[in-house]
Amino acid sequence: MTPRALAIAGSELRILRRNRWLFMATLIMVLFALALTFAGSAPTGTLGVDMLTVSVASMTTLSVYLAPLLALMMSFDAISGDRDRGSLSLLLSYPAGRGEILLGKFLSHLAALAFAMTVGFGTAGALAAWSGGAGADSLLALGRLIATSILLGAVFLALGYGVSSISGSSTAAAGMSAALWLIFVVLYDLGLLGAVVMDEGGVFTQSIFPWLMVANPADAFRVWNIAASETIAVTSGMTGAASALPSWAAPLSLLIWPLIGLGLARVAFGRVEP
Amino acid sequence: MDNSLIIKSVNKFRGKAQVLQDIDLAVAPGERLALLGHNGAGKSTLIKSILGLTPIHGGSISINGAKPGSAAARADTAFLPEAVSFHPALTGREQLNLFANLSGAPADVPALLERVGLADALDRRIGTYSKGMRQRLGLAQVLLGRPKVALLDEPTSGLDPISRQDLYAIIDELAEQGTAVLIASHALTEVEARTDRIAILRKGVKVADNTLAELSSEAALPTRLRITARAGEIEKLAQKVGGTRVNGASIELCCSADQKMNELRRIAALGDVVVDISMTPPRLEDLYRHFAKESRQ
Repeated sequence: MTPRALAIAGSELRILRRNRWLFMATLIMVLFALALTFAGSAPTGTLGVDMLTVSVASMTTLSVYLAPLLALMMSFDAISGDRDRGSLSLLLSYPAGRGEILLGKFLSHLAALAFAMTVGFGTAGALAAWSGGAGADSLLALGRLIATSILLGAVFLALGYGVSSISGSSTAAAGMSAALWLIFVVLYDLGLLGAVVMDEGGVFTQSIFPWLMVANPADAFRVWNIAASETIAVTSGMTGAASALPSWAAPLSLLIWPLIGLGLARVAFGRVEP
Repeated sequence: MDNSLIIKSVNKFRGKAQVLQDIDLAVAPGERLALLGHNGAGKSTLIKSILGLTPIHGGSISINGAKPGSAAARADTAFLPEAVSFHPALTGREQLNLFANLSGAPADVPALLERVGLADALDRRIGTYSKGMRQRLGLAQVLLGRPKVALLDEPTSGLDPISRQDLYAIIDELAEQGTAVLIASHALTEVEARTDRIAILRKGVKVADNTLAELSSEAALPTRLRITARAGEIEKLAQKVGGTRVNGASIELCCSADQKMNELRRIAALGDVVVDISMTPPRLEDLYRHFAKESRQ
């Protein structure tokens, strides 16, 4: 952690606060989490679990979509925005290295994301626990949801910096980020689903499919949250694929992806000629 | 090694096109060098090469003995990009604090902003600044940490005439404290009075590099005489003097520096047909046109 990276992080955090990004992201998280928690509270009685468990299961589904989206919205113009303004060449003429610049932006964006996730899921979780009860297991699940959501966000922050570096302008970066989101969050799963249907329960479905699934950080996030908690697996009704994998597979994927993403972003940023 | 900035036979290609060809350039501490050339002549590319932002293909660049892009070189260099803008959500003070932290040198930010005339806008967001104010903010960061080399890309673009005067006063201060200043510019008339030496780039080739006086004698450009005739006698005057008619009452003549006095005597001898004579020695603009536009073998 260098002082220069911290200087950049401080400045970026100030920008996020001042242009209301932090406020809006937190508000979005709170509203969605609340809506899902209370709209999804119906099956509590039939499944015999406390309300926080149901809430966490609903919010896991939400976070798969929202965490990557919020992360990409922050990171897509992290490099291209500076280049569009003409200040990137100036920034690069200072003694701060490109790694330090990237690290500074990453730290501030991650902090903002962590704040929005913690407040959003925390509020909804607290309300669910208050109105419908909570146990040690479901509180642990809530903590896991928040931590893994931040990790998932970190992956897409890093991928966003890469996209921002290789695209010619912020507009192009926005388009590429949308495509990235669509591929990782929607199309990848659709493709796998199609393959499973075609395979009709053969070798692919038995041994390859779970690994392919967990290689995608968004699915690894889902598997980790579901596999780790028996009760959540019950409420979400998707235990099959998760149980075919060793328990370390999903955490490993989700922990390694931010590093892969940052490595890719560093290489892409290194090739930028402002 | 007295020079702060030494560029030796630098070549650069973009694809197959050669954008810099065998450039030699040196700037001494405290010297102000104007780098002139058309758009696309290679001025900005040369500056980016000095900053280490773009690779060069052959030749060498030394900034106070350090390689472009190295930590030492970046610590010694100040840069003002062309038409720079900053994040609109930050204030001038915050932006400059960030740059001061990045440069690692302690700085009196309010004093710097006052020096460039932004004392009133210290805590206003950059989004509310005019183009000229943003340019001044850019200039303020050049003054951070006593650079050895300052590279200014079109520093006067967007500035009003008074601000330009201020800008050149600040450039003079930089030079006095021993900074080697390189100014890439289009604003020929300002550069003329405010720099020590002039280098001209044309299509990536350095076609001139000297003081204004030396360049003038090297180019041997003619002095222009404009002679105004008394009302109704322009035809008569034109017959006697020659030259070209420029409007209903005037004639323009060109003569070399050593023929100037002869011409003046000849015209004065014409008596009261001549009402007025004005004389224009070659200016930087003419020199620039001579070196940059005309094809020279």
